[in-house]
Order: sequence, then C-alpha cells, then structure tokens
Amino acid sequence: MPKKISNRIEHHPILTFVKGRLVKFYFEGKELQGYENEPIAAALIANGIKVFRITEKMKRPRGFFCAVGKCSSCLMTVDSKPNVMVCVELLKEGMKVERQIGRGKLV
Amino acid sequence: MKKSDSEFEIIIVGSGPAGLSAAAVAAELDAKIAIIDDNPIVGGQLIKQTHKFFGSKSHFCGVRGIDIAKILEKRIQHPNITLLLDASVVGYYEDNILGVLQKERFIKLYAPKIIFATGAAENLIAFPNNDLPGVYGAGAVQTLMNVHGVLPGKRALMVGSGNIGLIVSYQMMQAGIEVVALIEILDKIGGYNVHAAKLRRLGVPILTSHTIKYATGKDFVTGAVIARVNKKFKPIKGTDKRLRVDMICLAVGLTPLSELLYQAGCEVIYIPELGGNVAWHSENMETLKNGIFVAGDASGIEEASTAMLEGRIAGACAFESLHGKNPKAQEIIQEAKKELREIRQGPFGTKPRIGKEKLQTIAP
Repeated sequence: MPKKISNRIEHHPILTFVKGRLVKFYFEGKELQGYENEPIAAALIANGIKVFRITEKMKRPRGFFCAVGKCSSCLMTVDSKPNVMVCVELLKEGMKVERQIGRGKLV
Repeated sequence: MKKSDSEFEIIIVGSGPAGLSAAAVAAELDAKIAIIDDNPIVGGQLIKQTHKFFGSKSHFCGVRGIDIAKILEKRIQHPNITLLLDASVVGYYEDNILGVLQKERFIKLYAPKIIFATGAAENLIAFPNNDLPGVYGAGAVQTLMNVHGVLPGKRALMVGSGNIGLIVSYQMMQAGIEVVALIEILDKIGGYNVHAAKLRRLGVPILTSHTIKYATGKDFVTGAVIARVNKKFKPIKGTDKRLRVDMICLAVGLTPLSELLYQAGCEVIYIPELGGNVAWHSENMETLKNGIFVAGDASGIEEASTAMLEGRIAGACAFESLHGKNPKAQEIIQEAKKELREIRQGPFGTKPRIGKEKLQTIAP
C-alpha cells in the first residue's frame, strides 16, 4: 500500500471537500496518491513536496505561489512536457510529474 | 472575421463577482452575453472565501463568499448567456475582437461591447529569500486550504493586517495551521477590528510596527526573522526576533490586472489609492475607448461587495449603450451607485473613494 496521504484537512468547521477518485501518480519516479482532478500542486503539497523546480541561472528552488495560473513559479515537467503550471493543471491517473530543471527539455 | 457573424452583444472577461453581476443584469435586460474565464468554474475568488460578507444592505450581507458564488452562478443560468470556461483571453485585436485560447483551441470572438472584469494579482514584497518555496500569497493559501482541502504548512507567519491578512489568518487557524504571528509595518491594524478581535481571542499575536527582515531555509522556508521598525519603517537594531515557521503568507495588497485594457488602447492611469494602473472610467464604468467597460478590482482594488455593484452598473450601461435608455436599466444603475456611495462613505471606503474621485477630476 502506498504511504498514507498527509497534509489533508480532515475536519473543517465550515467546509466539506468533495474529491474525485483516489489515484496513483508518480513524482520523480516515486509512486504517490492524489485525488483525480485536483490540481497537481495540491496533490504534491498534500504529499509533503514543496520544491517544484530549480531555476535556470541561480539554481534556486521554486514552489507553489499564486495558485491561480498567473505567476509561473510552479512550472514542472508533466508526462515529458515542460513548463506545465501545476497549480491549475489537474491530476490524472498515472501522471509522471518531474521537477523541472531550468527551462526543461522539449522532446 | 465578419462582425455580423457575432452572436454576442456583450463579452464579459472574468467570472468573479463583478463579471457575474454584470452578466446577470445584462442578460435579464435581454442582451446576448458571452462570459469568458480561464478557470474551470465560475466565481473567481469568491469560491475560497468562507467568511461572511458585511456586504451592502440589499446585497448578501451576512452571506459567506462561497455561497454568494453559488447564488451568482444560479443567476447566470440564463438562455441569453454563453459560458466559456477554461478559456483565456490572450489578446485584444482591433475592432473589439478577442483572441481566446480554450484548451488547445484558438478562437476569435467579437462583440460591440466588452466588459473587462479581470480582477487583480497579489503583491509581493522584497526581502531576502522571498522566492523560497513556503512563501505564499494569501490568496494562494486560501485556494489550497479552502478549495482543495490541503494544508500549505503547519506554522505560519502572516505579513499584513488588512482584511485579507486578518481573515486568512483566522481561516488558517480553522484549518488547523498555527499562526505564530501576524505582523504589520504600520502602527495600526489595517482591517476591521471584528476580524482582529477574533484572532486575538485565539491568542494570535498581532505585532504592529513590525516588518520581515528575511526568510531562512535552504530548499524551503524553515523560519523568518522579524524586527520592530522606526517611524521611517526601518528595522530597529536589537529588536530582531527569530520565528520557527514553515510558511510565510503575504497579504500585502493587490494590483489591478489592466493588461488587456492597455492592449485595447484604453487610457491607463496610475492611481495609488486604486492599487496601481487602472483604465480611466466614468461613473458608468465606461473607459475612454468606445464600447469598453471595466468593473471590479480591475477598475481599482476594493472588495467583492463593491465589485458586484460595479458589475451591475457596467452590465446595465453596456446594455443601454446598445439599446438606448431603459427604465429598468436606469433603476439598476441608480440603485447601485447609491449603494456604492454609502459603502465608500464608511471608514474603509476612504481609499477607493479618493481614488475614484481622482479619476473623475482627470478630464478625459
């Protein structure tokens, strides 16, 4: 069994969260679980992953920032496609998500 | 593209409180509308706002943002309205033609009237390590927590005591995040006392005249150093405090999203009280470019209640500019203007009121 997902809100005084199917996906080759059709970033943060990419020149780590597809902080390589904004791209079963180094490689 | 082919009279860019209100009003008056939004659902930032709105007396007073979104969504279920979601307006072309990218498909849409209700972007402030993962915009934290049910961290520092900083701090506590401190560079709290009092009751220290000096951490935030500031907002020596936090939340204001209005050739003016560059607009929310209207935060940073009122004005005025004076439209416009005046006369309406007045003194 994959490791239990942490960082999820279990009880909330106001909200209930309607989630999709629990699916497997891969981060840097490692199998993780997330909910189908939640943003990839939400699934990663739920699994404790914060560093989404490394910048081209200064080699600085970058992560989640704006959550609404505006700031480009969260660009990752998803199924070999670089520069995917994972804060708005939705999780699908079997997705292969990778930290993007620099600008990523075009296949 | 032949203009006569267009099935729309008004295109509304953005489906937040302003855009949805504009659409509901204009569709009810019987205009053919398209709403375009780059999100998969309508509601803009309302969908993550779990707090109850003070609102105006006739509009949603005491209703939670998430519920206002649902009510507005119902209002736009109208045969006159076409909804394009997951669709970004990527360009404005001559003669009111919009380039729209929907998934991998590029389409061009035309309407004689366009209302830009594009909203705002969060501000960032400068401090060493502000680029580390773990430094988040307050809106981003709200989205992750309240829409997706995921916690961005366990111990937070909140920067900024405006209503967003106060409300999001409270929401973090509700979700189970410990707010270690809330800092504010000014010597007083920026937002409503009601919100600040809720935090104090939960034991959150609100430190006015404090700033963040830098974040610590190698791969992500592991701490923050804050300090007291003098009257010139410079850190006072010997007042450094080291906080162990895994997230720093920035609630340091918003900037209107005016790019498309620039591109459309509107007169764009810098008004600090409105949060930055805004397209000049009349009290009818019409810009100096014929057929182009603006509403909500894109026309000056304010709040959802006023965005809805501005949306109503823009929707009704866009309708009238197509079909001539209309008693029902006039009623909507006058009512909304009256309520806007009332809200802006309140103590927290001062800044936008001054900003909007400044605009009117600049003769078109």
